[in-house]
Amino acid sequence: MQLPSGSTVPAVENETQLRALLGGLSGVDAVGAEARAAKLATRSLKKSTKLAALDLAISMVDLTTLEGADTPGRVTSLCTKAMHPDPSDSGVPHVAAACVYPDLVAHARHVLGASPVKVAAVATSFPSGRASLNVKLLDVREAVSAGADEIDMVIDRGAFLSGRLGQVFDEVVAVKEACGSTHLKVILETGELVTYDNVRRASWIAMLAGADFIKTSTGKVGVNATLPTALVMLEAVRDFAETTGVVVGVKVAGGIRSAKDALRYLVVINETVGSAWLSPDRFRFGASSLLNDLLMQRLKQRRGVYVRPDEFSGD
Amino acid sequence: MSDELTNSQLGAMAYDPAPESASIARIKPAYGLFINGEFSDPSSHEAFVTLNPATEEPLASVAQASTADVDRAVYAARRAYDTVWSKTTGAERSKYLFRIARIIQERSRELAVVETLDNGKPIRESRDIDIPLAAAHFFYYAGWADKLDHAGFGPDPKPLGVAGQIIPWNFPLLMAAWKLAPALAAGNTCVLKPAETTPLSALILAEILQQAELPEGVVNIITGDGSTGAALVDHPGVDKIAFTGSTEVGRLIQQRVATSHKHLTLELGGKGANIVFEDAPIDEMIEGIIDGIFFNQGHVCCAGSRLLVQESVADDVLRRLIRRVDQLRVGDPLDKNTDVGAINSAAQLARIKELTAYGEEEGATRYTSTCSLPDKGYWFAPTVFADVSQSHRIAREEIFGPVLSVLTFRTPEEAVAKANNTNYGLACGVWSEKGSRTLWVAERLRAGVVWANTYNRFDPTSPFGGVRESGFGREGGRHGLEAYLNV
Amino acid sequence: MSEDRLDVRKTYKLLINGAFPRSESGRSYEVTSAKGEFLANVAQGSRKDVRDAVVAARAAQSKWWAQSAYNRGQVIYRLAEMAESRRDELAEHVRLGEGLASKKAKVSVSRAIDRIVWYAGWTDKIAQILGSSNPVAGPFFNFSVPAPSGVVGVLAEQDSSLEAFVNAVLAPIAVGNTVVAVASEKRPTPAVLLGEMTATADFPAGLLNIVTGFTGEVAPTLASHEDVDGIDLTGVDEAFADELAQLAAGSIKRVLRPGPSEDASLRRLRAFVEISTVWHTIGQ
Repeated sequence: MQLPSGSTVPAVENETQLRALLGGLSGVDAVGAEARAAKLATRSLKKSTKLAALDLAISMVDLTTLEGADTPGRVTSLCTKAMHPDPSDSGVPHVAAACVYPDLVAHARHVLGASPVKVAAVATSFPSGRASLNVKLLDVREAVSAGADEIDMVIDRGAFLSGRLGQVFDEVVAVKEACGSTHLKVILETGELVTYDNVRRASWIAMLAGADFIKTSTGKVGVNATLPTALVMLEAVRDFAETTGVVVGVKVAGGIRSAKDALRYLVVINETVGSAWLSPDRFRFGASSLLNDLLMQRLKQRRGVYVRPDEFSGD
Repeated sequence: MSDELTNSQLGAMAYDPAPESASIARIKPAYGLFINGEFSDPSSHEAFVTLNPATEEPLASVAQASTADVDRAVYAARRAYDTVWSKTTGAERSKYLFRIARIIQERSRELAVVETLDNGKPIRESRDIDIPLAAAHFFYYAGWADKLDHAGFGPDPKPLGVAGQIIPWNFPLLMAAWKLAPALAAGNTCVLKPAETTPLSALILAEILQQAELPEGVVNIITGDGSTGAALVDHPGVDKIAFTGSTEVGRLIQQRVATSHKHLTLELGGKGANIVFEDAPIDEMIEGIIDGIFFNQGHVCCAGSRLLVQESVADDVLRRLIRRVDQLRVGDPLDKNTDVGAINSAAQLARIKELTAYGEEEGATRYTSTCSLPDKGYWFAPTVFADVSQSHRIAREEIFGPVLSVLTFRTPEEAVAKANNTNYGLACGVWSEKGSRTLWVAERLRAGVVWANTYNRFDPTSPFGGVRESGFGREGGRHGLEAYLNV
Repeated sequence: MSEDRLDVRKTYKLLINGAFPRSESGRSYEVTSAKGEFLANVAQGSRKDVRDAVVAARAAQSKWWAQSAYNRGQVIYRLAEMAESRRDELAEHVRLGEGLASKKAKVSVSRAIDRIVWYAGWTDKIAQILGSSNPVAGPFFNFSVPAPSGVVGVLAEQDSSLEAFVNAVLAPIAVGNTVVAVASEKRPTPAVLLGEMTATADFPAGLLNIVTGFTGEVAPTLASHEDVDGIDLTGVDEAFADELAQLAAGSIKRVLRPGPSEDASLRRLRAFVEISTVWHTIGQ
C-alpha cells in the first residue's frame, strides 16, 4: 500500500483529500484476484479442522430475515433459532446476531432478552438507499433507540458511480454519528459496484469514514457475495489495519447457502488477514439457509452418515 | 499498530492432514520397455529403481534401455511409420489422439497421484495443472491432424519420420504430451525417453496408448539414464530429435547431431526476470511472483527466478513477499493443502544447496521460510535473496529450485537491460497497470514468452520456447506443428 | 427382441431452447421413406416456433461464446461420441430417407461423425488461422481476432439429410454462433435424432435449435427476422434464395448462398465470422 504508514486514520476534510488517498491505492487485477480465490477454494478442511471451522462459522452467522412478509411471529422463530440453533445439542454455539428490518428490532430485542445474540438492523432505506439523508438518519436513530446493537447501512451507490465520493464518505460519517456506540456495518453492494477496483475504493471510503465492518451485499441484487470480492475486501482491511492501526471487520452476505462455501471464506480469512479475523467480532456471514447446512455438516461429521434436512427446524 | 493486529497470524488455523490416497496410483512393482506396442525386458536385463522423493522409498523397478534396446525401439518406430502411420489419414490420426486425450481425462486422478509420488510435486498442481494440461494438449493437436493443410506451411505438409524425444523430470506427463501430441498429429512415429527419476507417468501413458489401440510401434517409450538418451540422439534411424532439459546437455546434443540429417528442437534452461513496476496490481503481483518461482518447487525452466523491482516500491514489495513466503505450506506432496512439495532428487537438492551457498558468500541477504521440513526425503525451504547484483552467481545461473533473487531498477530501460543481461531467453514477466509500457517492455525483452500481470501460464494453443541459449523451436500452438513437419 | 412384440414409436419433435416441444401450432406432417412408405408424423414448425427459437439462440449466444474455445471443442466432440453410439440408428434413418443401400448409408453417417470431429478441432484453431498481428507503421500493437456473427439461421440441404445438416450447423457453432436450423423438409428425421443427441452432449440450451416443417413456410420468417445475424440458404433453390437474400438485406445479414456443401473447406467457417481489430499504444 502506498499510503503513509501511521497509527491513526488519516483525516479527510474534503473530497480532494479523499481522492488523493484513494489515488494511492493499487489497482486490482481481476484475473489474478479470481485465480487466487479459486486456488484458495481448493483447500481441503478435514476432521478436527472441519469441526472447529463449522462451529466457528455458526458463531459468525447473522441469521437474517428481510422480507416484506416478515411478522413478529417470524422474527420470534428466527430469534429462537439464533439462540439455540440445535436444541438437541448444547455444544452448538449461538449465532452472532439476528438481522431484521428496523420496525421489528424492538420485537427481536424482546425475544432475545439477555441472550448474547445481538440484534442487527438494516437501516438507511435498505436495500436501495434511495432516500434523503434525513430519512436515512431517522431510520438509523429509530433502530438504535429500539435496541439495535448493530446497524447495517447501505452506501449510496449512485453517488459512488457518478463520482460523488465525498457524498458517500459524508453519509457514512453522519450515520456513524447517529449510531453512537452502536456497531456500524457498511454495505458496499459490490454487485452494483461491479469492478474490484471499485470494491477496493469503496472499502477504503467506508473505513476512512469510521465503519466498524464493511459488508459485501444486501442480498437483494443479482450478484451478491463472491469469494474474490471478499478477498479484495479482506486485503483492504488488512492494509487499513497496517496503515492506521484500526481493525475493521468484514461481513459477506447473500447467496452463501452451503457449509462448503462458508468454509472457503474462512480459508480466505486465514490466509489473507489471519487469526484476528477468525472471530464473530471480525467476520460475519449474513445468511438464512446457511445455518441449517452448517448444522447438517456438523452432525454428519459426528455421526459419520449424511443426515436428513428435517433434523433441524426450518426457521 | 494494535496488539490485535500484531497478534494476528496468517495461516494460524491449522489444517488437519488431507492426503490423497497413494493407492489410487496402482503402480506395478516393475516396468519393462514399451516397444512395438508391448512391454518387454531390456536386452541387458538391467533395471534401476525410481524413488518417491518425499520419502526416499522405492516406487518401482524400471528397465534400463541399452543401445540395442534403443535400436529395437527405433526400428519399431520406423516400421510403424513405413507400414501404418504414414498411410493413416489425418482424420484417423485425429481420432486416435482424441481417444488418448479422453483416456487421460478418465484416468486423471490416477495419473495425478503417480506424478506426485514419482516427482514430489504437490497433488494440487498435478491434479489441477499437469494432468488437465496434458489431456488438453492431446485434445488440441488431435484437432490439427486433419487440418495440416490449413496450418500455414503450404499444401500437404509432410512429417519428418521417426522422432526421438527426450524429456525432463519436472513435468513428466505434460512434457510427454508436449512431445508426442504434435509429433503424432503431424504424422511422425516416436521414441520417447522419460527422465530417469520420473519414468512412471510415461509408462502409465503407454498403457493408455494400448487402451486407445494406437497401432503398435507408433509410440515407443524407453526408460534409462543419460546413456539411453545419448544412444537415441546418435541413432542413424532417427530423423528428428526433440529435447527438453538443461542448456548444458542441449549444447552436447546439438554438437552430436550437427553433422547429421537430423532435425532438432531444443527447449533448455532459463533465468526468467519478473519485472515489477510501481503501478503493479500489488496483491496479484505478489501471488504472481510466488507462482513464478515456487510453482513446482521452482523446477521450472521458465521460472521467474529473478525479481526486478522498481526501487520506489522495493521495500514494500519485499516485505509483502516475505510475509507471503512464510505462508507457503511445505510438506507431504499428497496432501491437498500442500503448496510446495519435495525436491525431485538428491542430486538436484545438492545443486540448489551449492548455489544458494554462493548467494550468501557473495553478500546477498538471505531470507528462508520459517516452515518446518519433513525428516525424510529431499526438501528445500522457500528462499528469497535480497540485495542481489547482476554479477552474483544466483542472478546468472539457473538454480532450478525454490530460490528467488531480488534486484532493483529505476527506469523501464534499465529493467529491460537487466532482464536481457543473460545468455538465456525463455520467459519474462511484466507487472504494471499501464498497458502501453508493458507492450514497450515486452517488445524489447529477449524472451520466447512474456507474461503480463500473470506468470507461468500454459495453454496448448500458445507457442512456448526460448531464444538464445534457452533453445529453439516452439511447442504448443500452430507453431508447434512446425517442429514435426518437413517444411 | 421377439418378433411378435409391438414397437414403441417415437414422436418427432422440434428442438427449441434445450426442450423438445411439439409445434406451437399443433400441426404435424407425414414423412415417408424414399420408397414412399410412411415413416413418421413429424412436427410442422410455424413462424412462431422460429420466433421462439431465435429468442433461445440469442440468449444462448453470449454464453456459448463466453466458454473457452477448448470447452466448446469438448462439447462438439462429445456430440461425435453420442452420434457414434447411435450410429446404426442414424444409418437406418439415412437409408430409409435417402433410399441408399445400407452400406452407403453407414458410410454417410461415418463421414458425418468424422465431420463433427473435424469441427470440434476448429474451435481453438480458427483464431490462429483467421486472426493476425498487423505490423502497422507506428508505435502500436495491432491485432485482429475473429468473433462470431451471432445468431445464424440455417436452411439445411434437402437431399443429404445428415451429412449436409452436420456440415451446415456445426460450422457456425464451431466459431461461436448459435443456430436456428430448418431441417430437410422431406428427410428430417436424422436431424431430429442429432438434435436429441445434443441433449446428452453438454450442448447448452439454445445453442442448436431445430425446426422441422415446410422450408417455404418458415424460411421468410427466419430470413427477415431482424435479430438473426446471418443466414445459410443452402437448402433452397436459386430463385427462392434470391427472394430470401433480399429479405436478409433488410437487417444487413451475412448471407451464405447455395454452393458446394460437401467439402470441408473454410468457406462455411468464414461465413459467419466478424474480424475485430485492436490498436494499443506502445511506449514507456
